[in-house]
Formats: sequence, structure tokens, C-alpha cells
Amino acid sequence: MTKFEIRGLRADVLIGAEERQEILKGVDLTINSGETHAIMGPNGSGKSTLAYAIAGHPKYEITDGEVLLDGENVLEMGVDERARAGLFLAMQYPVEVPGVSMSNFLRSAVTAVRGEAPKLRAFSKELQEAMKGLSIDPSFAARGVNEGFSGGEKKRHEILQLELLKPKVAILDETDSGLDVDALKVVSEGINRARATGEIGVMLITHYTRILNYVKPDFVHVFAHGQVAESGGPELAEVLEAEGYERFVKAGA
Amino acid sequence: MASPNIEIKEHSHGGELPVSKLDVHGSFDVADFPVPNGREEEWRFTPLRRLRGLHQHTEATDGKITVETDAPAEVTVETVGRDDARLGTSFLPTDRVSALAYASFTEATVVTVPKETQASAPVSIKVTGTGQGESYGHILVRAERHSAATVVLEYAGSAVHADNVEFVVEDGAQLTVVSLQDWERDAVQVSHHYTKVGRDARFRSFVVTLGGDLVRLSPKVGYTAPGGDAELYGLYFTGAGQHHEHRSLIDHNVSNTRSRVEYKGALSGEEAHAVWIGDVIIGEGTEGTDSYEHNRNLVLTDGTRVDSVPNLEIFTGEVEGAGHASASGRLDDIHLFYLQSRGIPADEARKLVIRGFFAELINRIEVPELRERIMTEVEEKLALHE
Ligand SMILES: Nc1ncnc2c1ncn2[C@@H]1O[C@H](COP(=O)(O)OP(=O)(O)OP(=O)(O)O)[C@@H](O)[C@H]1O
Ligand SMILES: [Mg+2]
Repeated sequence: MTKFEIRGLRADVLIGAEERQEILKGVDLTINSGETHAIMGPNGSGKSTLAYAIAGHPKYEITDGEVLLDGENVLEMGVDERARAGLFLAMQYPVEVPGVSMSNFLRSAVTAVRGEAPKLRAFSKELQEAMKGLSIDPSFAARGVNEGFSGGEKKRHEILQLELLKPKVAILDETDSGLDVDALKVVSEGINRARATGEIGVMLITHYTRILNYVKPDFVHVFAHGQVAESGGPELAEVLEAEGYERFVKAGA
Repeated sequence: MASPNIEIKEHSHGGELPVSKLDVHGSFDVADFPVPNGREEEWRFTPLRRLRGLHQHTEATDGKITVETDAPAEVTVETVGRDDARLGTSFLPTDRVSALAYASFTEATVVTVPKETQASAPVSIKVTGTGQGESYGHILVRAERHSAATVVLEYAGSAVHADNVEFVVEDGAQLTVVSLQDWERDAVQVSHHYTKVGRDARFRSFVVTLGGDLVRLSPKVGYTAPGGDAELYGLYFTGAGQHHEHRSLIDHNVSNTRSRVEYKGALSGEEAHAVWIGDVIIGEGTEGTDSYEHNRNLVLTDGTRVDSVPNLEIFTGEVEGAGHASASGRLDDIHLFYLQSRGIPADEARKLVIRGFFAELINRIEVPELRERIMTEVEEKLALHE
């Protein structure tokens, strides 16, 4: 049983050497293992900032608040330590790392997170199966990390990493965007396989209810102006789908 | 960082001194080249005092160099004297050290890949220095028409060494050259690679410079007929106090020729100095030239210096494509963030990214054993700097 708590989190985006702008204005959210929380909100409201700030992205600086994973202060950890502690972020725009092969990268990541190098044979089998489950062609293993991948291919590989690294908390930032219907299904199945253990808490950031038909949320939160503006059950997603975010966009403006 | 020089000219006029003068002014007579004082365009980046007199030829030629070769049976390898008529027919020395080297060597190595022969294994030429006196060498590699071969040149040990290497790629031939400068830390080397690319021939060069105190290597390519293709790749890892200088010249002197130049380096430590000069000439009256050159430098620590200068001189309006790029910078912290966000520790993430930076280039080498060999050399050097 894992408890992931975000308390009063404030963060700035670092724009230039001098310039910064506050984006997160006091975020409170608690996610327990076995729960899936959908975060929905208008463009520019700070959803990705929340995800990146928690992961420790160098462009964002946390100015106040806490992030606790089973009581441990995540913000005092380095980026890699956070991941080894059980935090995972599937990025809205996964990064291309030229020249580093996907297989080499995945093996390094799995070794780091599991604390020991997996047996080569066993790992290559595990990787092949995980790739197959996400309809990823085996040839991708030899390519550079995300190098020249299409948007949809990048998203599949984020979920591949989710399945291999088995985190305690997964933040999925618009994993559904840029996916066609078939790809959405495949990716959702991957997320559901990870959820099936009941030992993972999921924060699912999305604009659309489309993915929520496959990955059923337990809670839905509306994110606006750098805060959680409203929380409810799955029915809130339906309301948002019908009404849009207008009410929230205006509210804080 | 120095700024690029791009000149687009419809015609060359007298009075100016374009890059191309270098080739025009070639000579076998040492006296035709005054002793450089360091202010000349072609010497201004080189710390002359660290050449150990190689540009003056004041000391006796008392250095000792051994040359070991290994080649598959179908390739001929000979050691010949200065008077061998095949030597020096494909080039004219373009600077004083090159002319001195040609005037001073005693034995040359001649590699011949017979026509229509595909070498079954790479040809290896290993030059090892065993002392600090001046030494001079000469190597000629001739790939006869429609032959194909890979030649690996390796420099190791301690030396103050200058040489000229001629690569003659005859019509339809394919020659790949790997030149590995893996000297001891105190070595000094000035080398010229003179390449002539024949009709529809293909030349690929991988220059890998890791060792030495000072290495200055100038690969020059000209074409003897249309359809030639030259790709020059370079990789250097320049550590504290090392000077690594690469000066490529591609002379698109005939129509419908192609060239690619891509040099990548990493610098680490105080006074690590890397120089890349990329000259490309697209000659008057030619058409259909396709050329691109690129230099990238990864600056790993403070205290390093990079000089990166592409020079593009175009004497015709009929160019298929001509471009250049040059960039120097730190490791991308977003790359590091991504790897670390998957649990990979910071130092390992750095290594992965640096390895990846070089792997892009090394992966172009078609012989797997060579790829691994060079990756291992780079890893060793990398380990020294972590
Ligand atoms: N590097 C930056 N420079 C300037 N502003 C930035 C930078 N990064 C983010 N911002 C701003 O921070 C705000 C929040 O951006 P963020 O990406 O977190 O929004 P989002 O809710 O994820 O939006 P979307 O739904 O479009 O993905 C936006 O107004 C954005 O313009
Ligand atoms: Mg976003």
C-alpha cells in the first residue's frame, strides 16, 4: 500500500537567466495505490508543469510545498533517486536521445530501478514480450531513444517503460494525445496491465474522456490556473465533456 | 568561437587569396614554404613551439618508427625506397611540414588493391614510435579500378612524426580508411591525407584522434572525374593540455561530385584545445556539386577551447547543394533528465549521452570489429575523464 501526497505545491517555470513565472499555485492531491486519478484541464493550466516539477525537471523550480511518497520527501531526492523510489512520468513530449540505443537504455534503466542487472537472456525475452504487447516492432530496440519516432511510437515506448519499471506511482501526461483509435486501445491495455496488480497509483492527465472509456478513473480532478479547482467521481468527466472548461477558465482569470 | 567564412563568387579574380591558393601553391621544394611564424592563416591555431621543430627541421632525423602491416593475400603490401616511381604522383605538398616529410622519409609503405578485387579483410598499417627524435613517413594506398577495401592506419607510441598518406581511389573503386591516432600522451604528429577520387568512386575516411600532445591532421580530397563521392568522418576526444587539429579540404574541381564532412569531438580538462577547419571549394565551371560539412563539439568541462571554422568558397552558380553547420555546447540537460527520470544515475546518464554522441558516427563504420575496437578506445579515454 503506497500513499502519494502532494501538499501546497508551488512551482515556477524558469524562462531565462532572470525570468521566471509562477505556474503552480498550491496543489493538493493524494493518490493511494490501486487508485486512478484523472486530471483534466484547459491548455496552459499547468498540468505538465505539475508532472515535470514532481519528476525534477531542470526547467522548473519548486518554491513551496511537499511531495511525499510513503512519507518520504521526494523533493529532496535527485531525479534518478525519485525514479528508483518508485515514481514514473510518461512525458507529453518524450525526449530524443541520439545515439543511445533503446535496448541499452532500457537495460540501464531496469538495472538501476531493480537494483541489479537482469540476466541478459531473461531480459531480452521480457523486453520482446512487452514490446509485442504494445505492438512495437522488434527493430525499435536497436534505434536511438525516441530518435525519429512518430508521436504515437513515442507514447507506446513510454508505456513500455511503465511496464518494465513497475513504479509505485505513475504520472501519465497526455499519453492519449496523438494516438489513433487502435493505438489508444493498445496503449490503454498496457496501462491496465500495469494497474492490474493493484499496487500502483496513477495520475492520468488528459483533455478528453476518450481514454477514460478504456482506463476507468476512480476520481476526476479539474486543474485550472495552477490548482485543483474541483474534484469528483467519474461522472465529473462526463460533465466536462459536455460543458467544456469555460467555467474554470473564466473563474480564475 | 570563430565565425564561418562563406564566400559566394561567380568568378575568381586575381589579387585575392582564396582557400584554393593552398592547392595551387603546392610544391615538393621545402624552400618554397617559409618557416611559419604563427600568424599565417593556416598556422594561426597551431602552437608552433609544441611542434618540437617539426616545421623547421632543425633537429636531426633521429626518431625511430616501426611500421607493421597485415593484409589479406589478395592485397599487395610493399616497403619501398624513396626512388619508387609510384610515390608522389597524386599530390603536391601544401605546406612546409608536408614538403619536409616528403623530402625526408627513407622508406615508404605501398598498398595496392588490384583491380576488380574485393579485399576479404581490412588491411592494417601500424606505425609505432619508440623515441622522441623527428621521424618522417610516407604511405601510398592505391585502390585500382572497381576494387574495394578497408585500410586501418594506426599510430601509437611516442614520436615527433610527420608523414604524407596518398589515397588513390581509381574509377569505380571503394576505399574506406580508418586512421586511429592513439599516441602516447607526449607524441607530436603532423599528417596530410591526400586523396584523389576517380569516376564513380567512393572514398570514406574515419579519423579518430585520441592521443598525443599535439596532432594536426589535414585530409584533402580532390576528384579526377565526375561521379566521385567522399565522406570524411572525424572523432576526437581532447583531454587536458592536448591540441587536436583537423583541417579538411574538399576540392570539388569537377562536376557531379559529392562530399560529406562530419567531425565530432568532446573536450575535457584545462587547456584542451580542438581545432576544426573545414574548407570546401566548388570550382569554376562545375555543376551538380552536392556538399555538406558539419562540426559538433561537446564541451564537458570549463577551461577548454574550441575553434571551429567552416570555409565555403563557391565559384559557380550551378550547385546542387552546399551547406555547413558548426555547434559547440554542453551536454544537453534535457537528455540527462530523461535518462535520470528512468532511474539511471547521473554519471551513468552522462556516459550514455557522450557515448551516444560518438556512436552516431562510429555506427557508420561497416566493419563490426572496427566499430567495437574504436568504441572501446573511446570508452577508455572517457573513463580517464570521469
Ligand atoms: N519554458 C517556458 N517558458 C515560458 N512559459 C512556459 C514555459 N514552460 C511552460 N510555460 C507556461 O507555463 C504554463 C503552463 O504550461 P503547462 O505545459 O504546464 O500547461 P498544460 O496544462 O500542460 O497545457 P497543455 O494542456 O497544453 O499540455 C503555460 O502558460 C506555458 O506557456
Ligand atoms: Mg501539458
